[in-house]
Amino acid sequence: MTRRQRSVDVIVVGAGPAGLAAARGLADHGVGVVEVLEREAVAGGVPRHCHHRGFGRWGVTGPQYAARTVEAALGSGARVRTGVTATGWAGPLTLDTTGPHGLERIAARAVVLATGARERPRSARLVPGTRPAGVLTTGELQQAVHLHAQRVGTRAVVVGAEPVGYAALSALRRAGVTVAALTTEEPRHQLGRAWAAAARLGHGVPVLTGATVAELLGRGRVSGVRLRHRDGRLTTVDCDTVVFTGDFVPDHELARRGGVALDPGTRGPAVDGAFRTGADGVFAVGNVLHAVEPALWAAREGALAADAVRGFLDGSGPARGGPAIEVAAPLRWVAPNRAVPQVPVDAFVLRTSQALTRPVLVVTQDGRRLHRQYVPRRALPNRTLHLAGRWTRSVDATGGPVRITVGGPRGGNLGAATE
Amino acid sequence: MTVTSKGPLCPERQMSPRPYDVAVVGAGVVGTAIARELARHPHLHIALLEASADVGDGTSKANTAILHTGFDAVPGSLEARLVREGQRLLAAYAAESGIPVEPVGALLVAWDDAQLDALPGLLEKAGRNGYDAARIIGADETRAREPHLGPGVLGALDVPGESIICPWTTTLAYATQAVRSGVELHLNTRVETVSSEGGDHLLATSRGALRARFLVNAAGLNADVLDRLVLGAGDFTVTPRRGQLIVFDELARDLVRHILLPVPTALGKGVLVAPTVYGNVLLGPTAEDLDDKEATGTTADGLDGLLTKGRRILPALLDEEVTAVYAGLRAATEHDDYRIRCHKERRYVTVGGIRSTGLTASMAIAAHVAGLIAEADAGLDLEEPVEPAPVHMPNLGEAFPRPYQRADLIATDPAYGTIVCHCERVTRGEIRDALISTVPPASLEGLRRRTRARGGRCQGFYCGAAVRALHEGRGEWGPE
Ligand SMILES: Cc1cc2nc3c(=O)[nH]c(=O)nc-3n(C[C@H](O)[C@H](O)[C@H](O)COP(=O)(O)OP(=O)(O)OC[C@H]3O[C@@H](n4cnc5c(N)ncnc54)[C@H](O)[C@@H]3O)c2cc1C
Ligand SMILES: Cc1cc2nc3c(=O)[nH]c(=O)nc-3n(C[C@H](O)[C@H](O)[C@H](O)COP(=O)(O)OP(=O)(O)OC[C@H]3O[C@@H](n4cnc5c(N)ncnc54)[C@H](O)[C@@H]3O)c2cc1C
Repeated sequence: MTRRQRSVDVIVVGAGPAGLAAARGLADHGVGVVEVLEREAVAGGVPRHCHHRGFGRWGVTGPQYAARTVEAALGSGARVRTGVTATGWAGPLTLDTTGPHGLERIAARAVVLATGARERPRSARLVPGTRPAGVLTTGELQQAVHLHAQRVGTRAVVVGAEPVGYAALSALRRAGVTVAALTTEEPRHQLGRAWAAAARLGHGVPVLTGATVAELLGRGRVSGVRLRHRDGRLTTVDCDTVVFTGDFVPDHELARRGGVALDPGTRGPAVDGAFRTGADGVFAVGNVLHAVEPALWAAREGALAADAVRGFLDGSGPARGGPAIEVAAPLRWVAPNRAVPQVPVDAFVLRTSQALTRPVLVVTQDGRRLHRQYVPRRALPNRTLHLAGRWTRSVDATGGPVRITVGGPRGGNLGAATE
Repeated sequence: MTVTSKGPLCPERQMSPRPYDVAVVGAGVVGTAIARELARHPHLHIALLEASADVGDGTSKANTAILHTGFDAVPGSLEARLVREGQRLLAAYAAESGIPVEPVGALLVAWDDAQLDALPGLLEKAGRNGYDAARIIGADETRAREPHLGPGVLGALDVPGESIICPWTTTLAYATQAVRSGVELHLNTRVETVSSEGGDHLLATSRGALRARFLVNAAGLNADVLDRLVLGAGDFTVTPRRGQLIVFDELARDLVRHILLPVPTALGKGVLVAPTVYGNVLLGPTAEDLDDKEATGTTADGLDGLLTKGRRILPALLDEEVTAVYAGLRAATEHDDYRIRCHKERRYVTVGGIRSTGLTASMAIAAHVAGLIAEADAGLDLEEPVEPAPVHMPNLGEAFPRPYQRADLIATDPAYGTIVCHCERVTRGEIRDALISTVPPASLEGLRRRTRARGGRCQGFYCGAAVRALHEGRGEWGPE
């Protein structure tokens, strides 16, 4: 089995916003050969199939944003190779690839994983019932409608009310599909500002909160969903299409196959503020770290990681190590999730599993308080919550894990803040 | 080669078409195996009739995919014999046809005293079934061989001969070889009534009438219904026994090395944890007696129960992503054995009650049925079978090189280097090949069973629309 062997300076896996920004940051600074591997036929990542507006600083459409980021990366001198999949590792910094031109084994001095995130499908959510056609995720729906102009159905139920739900509504509208209902298990929908847009798009869509999909109905094609409401009541909504939205999970296969340690909360690679994973020379950026944040955030991480990769290549980077950062319930996860005192972090991303009204976030290490921050708004499940990162300087590199908790107004533990 | 899926079976112009020598009803793993076996007699004009739009679309697509040794069968039963013979035949056939099989072996793990006490009886039963390789091992050895087992393991029965196999490729290989040998496969053809005319069977189907000299009933869950149609009475009733299963992602594969079978006791039969040839891990099945032969849905209670049991067996499994949930229906009857009966005077064979071992036994069932037919109807002349041209099926198994890993194949055709389904690493070349194959898929589900496309952890988030585009555009690659 012959593989063509090559070496480059940096391999970036994934040409989404994060990977392209990292490649650009590296190539702009003259870091030798920077090669981006993208398994899809077209580079750009998820924004390629998000035809709605809201990407980047100017809120352009996804495809516009994707085109710009690809152009910027190419303009910097990075190579972007599409149709090439990184299938596994042949060494700590060597990847095996498959593409129409054959098999390769590419060695590099550093590897950046920017493999993104996907939505959990119906099966992973353990939704019971039959296995009919017409059940999809937003990602598949968008590609069907925007990239392939396929017929989708006539009447849909959209499950989940994370911000991505509005992307589903927008694609359904484009496909001429009536939306019978938007359902969520949460006591209220979380579309936030996006919802305003969604309401406009999908005018008159009933939002059913506190409703769980108890069963999918139909043989051959889906014919309806059975919903269980908070009071135990069961109702049926007829439809020929069901879109499961949100519930993102990092696409961490390549990381795991390379033995890169994961963070138990995010299920993405554990990284420090310099986006360094537990494997020397392997970095990770974008939604593979924290499914899922806006494209601009992913791109910003890519740019920051480029600096860190350069530091690693010229040996000027800070020492590795540092304690893990853990969160306590109702917080679900934090990223980055390793604290290195010499590595400044400008912000951490967190998630909560419950709505919190103006919470106070408290950071401690071995009982010592490092930071306390008041969040002047409601924090909702599946929505971004940011924590400032200056406190990492005062972390004891040899101490125990750093803990982030939700404190009461006076710094007590978990007060009246939850609802 | 004839595969039809629409239009009348007998075009109007052709007033009296040549009757079939044999019609086989049901293209599951059993019906296709029988058709393939009979096709070794090239002079026979054979029809294989299937109600669904694809072969293997009933119970044969939804099982636990184990090639059993038959160590725990009822000694002396027909099932015990056919499983034992079938295992040998299918293992050999798989090796020559490219059906993935992995001889991983099984451990029946005992978690309590009742289960531990049951092991010697099972060992003795294995002996009576002619299986001598089993042995009882202690807790330490069990744990050493399966380091991820949950706490509380007391010991195990080691059955090294149990294997995992691809059920989809098996059915498809039989069907492909049958069709290439001249069997006419008619899909979307439900047999509705059967009458007899001049000694022949006259079948009324959803696609019109058809005449056959000999009839084989391999209708799975409907074998009892067909029996009544033909004979006016039947000697068994099928009670579907549902088995729900959860499939875990390939990243869970390293957690388990053997098929972990439950130890059956008076208190019930537990669930198994088994690797699949595709690199996944299965958890299941449940066992629920129902009366609806179409109840292939999963239930919240069923899935919850599986997770509870799975957590005990292999705690780390529950941290992995689930790629699929499904349910299959076993054709259980009131009898404790297969119901294979030849009604010589009616030139009719019923192959009923093929419950939970039909995949393994399929080739032996087919040989047995061919023997019964030869005995019942000397006029068919089943004296000298010829070997059909071998088939070579596309490999879906992880233990063998897949096209995306083969530089040689990609060099001949770059389509094998173009990955379309990323989770399962299925290439454009494989999808094309399936779409223009002898027995092409009728749906995306059928395409998945032939290629694995869309069958992975993302269930189409990445590739669903692209795979559908290839499926809908299949005309590009050949006749529809
Ligand atoms: C439906 C939807 C709507 C959204 N709407 C908005 C919005 O309005 N505004 C906004 O700012 N953000 C939005 N986002 C989020 C935004 O798309 C993501 O933040 C951004 O795409 C993340 O970038 P990334 O580079 O981390 O990952 P991705 O964009 O997912 O890119 C990862 C890339 O890696 C490739 N890849 C993975 N594994 C391999 C491998 N082994 N070999 C080769 N290539 C590989 C993939 O093919 C993919 O192209 C939306 C996301 C979704 C899903
Ligand atoms: C949960 C579960 C786990 C199992 N695990 C294993 C295992 O590990 N190993 C093993 O060896 N076996 C296993 N089995 C058993 C095995 O799957 C079955 O024995 C086998 O698939 C039966 O095949 P069949 O061809 O008889 O039935 P089917 O596959 O159901 O085929 C019958 C076909 O007949 C067609 N049909 C019915 N009525 C008509 C009609 N009137 N006209 C035309 N067509 C008709 C149906 O559409 C169907 O396609 C398992 C079964 C289940 C349910």
